[in-house]
Amino acid sequence: MTLTPRIVEVRQNVLKKNDILARALRERFQASGVYVVNLVSSPGAGKTTALTHILTELSTSHRVAAIVGDLATENDAERLRESGADVRQITTGTVCHLEAQMVEEALHGWSLDTLDFLFIENVGNLVCPASYDLGEHERVVLFSVTEGEDKPEKYPTLINSSDTVIMTKIDLAEAVDFNRERFLRAVERVRPGIAVYEISAKTGAGLKEWANRLIEARNHIFPMVQN
Amino acid sequence: MHELSIAQNMLDIAQEIAEEQGLLRITQIHLRLGVLSGVVKEALFFAYDIVAQGTMAEASSLVIEEVPVVIFCPECQEERSLFRPIPMRCPVCQTKTADIRSGREIDIIAVEGV
Ligand SMILES: [Zn+2]
Repeated sequence: MTLTPRIVEVRQNVLKKNDILARALRERFQASGVYVVNLVSSPGAGKTTALTHILTELSTSHRVAAIVGDLATENDAERLRESGADVRQITTGTVCHLEAQMVEEALHGWSLDTLDFLFIENVGNLVCPASYDLGEHERVVLFSVTEGEDKPEKYPTLINSSDTVIMTKIDLAEAVDFNRERFLRAVERVRPGIAVYEISAKTGAGLKEWANRLIEARNHIFPMVQN
Repeated sequence: MHELSIAQNMLDIAQEIAEEQGLLRITQIHLRLGVLSGVVKEALFFAYDIVAQGTMAEASSLVIEEVPVVIFCPECQEERSLFRPIPMRCPVCQTKTADIRSGREIDIIAVEGV
């Protein structure tokens, strides 16, 4: 008996499973009235520090919490708790990104309607997190001035899946001879029109503006439950 | 490297399709991969060979068709293809745009087998 080769034509997204889970998460976030932000950056861009400060800033007027994806060797959750916010940790082992399923597991037993904002700190990586929708409302990519002006052009996929760019550690700009215009031009070449905010956790510069922009975005999504 | 996880997902889907169709063995998987998919082709080939070992897709080949970024130019009112995603502007009139119509796909389009 000879077997005839056959071609089965389909069209199926390889990440369908993640996308379906992410959609379910998004519906849940929506129903609970919690605005969810996914933070992505390379390691050392100051993501944890920026998040600690924005949690502190927002907690004066809103109920905030965070989920953090930590490699086995890190403990960012501990640092984030200094903000006073409720923080849950996902230990990713060697996995280089968070997936919707990990977020779903981390949410277990948490009543989301007690929250206004939930931040998800992704694993420090500018490549892999781009492909995985976590059901977030907004994806934020952070670059520190110490990473140089051209970095955005090396990660077009991530920036094109993001809604906001945050430039961090601007207090160090002069010391590292950072050319702000050149950075902004690079961002504009990769994703024209994306919003860019500039912050310094050290001096506090820009944190208020970023917080206000998050509150505005949240009020826009949940107009009925404005504070 | 998330290509290992992508390759595993791809294989799971292909196996599901093959079993539904009564195939005994997968000989080829055809994939459409967008320039903005975030997946590195070479890394995916490498990962695929690893995950396929010991499965019904062992020794099968992966055929990747690369898909350009398609943007919509607000000035020309036309879709335009970009083979490099930078700069994001119309190659004809140079107008900037963030309106991406395709180029992010990681889609299985066919499974071949016996
Ligand atoms: Zn044009």
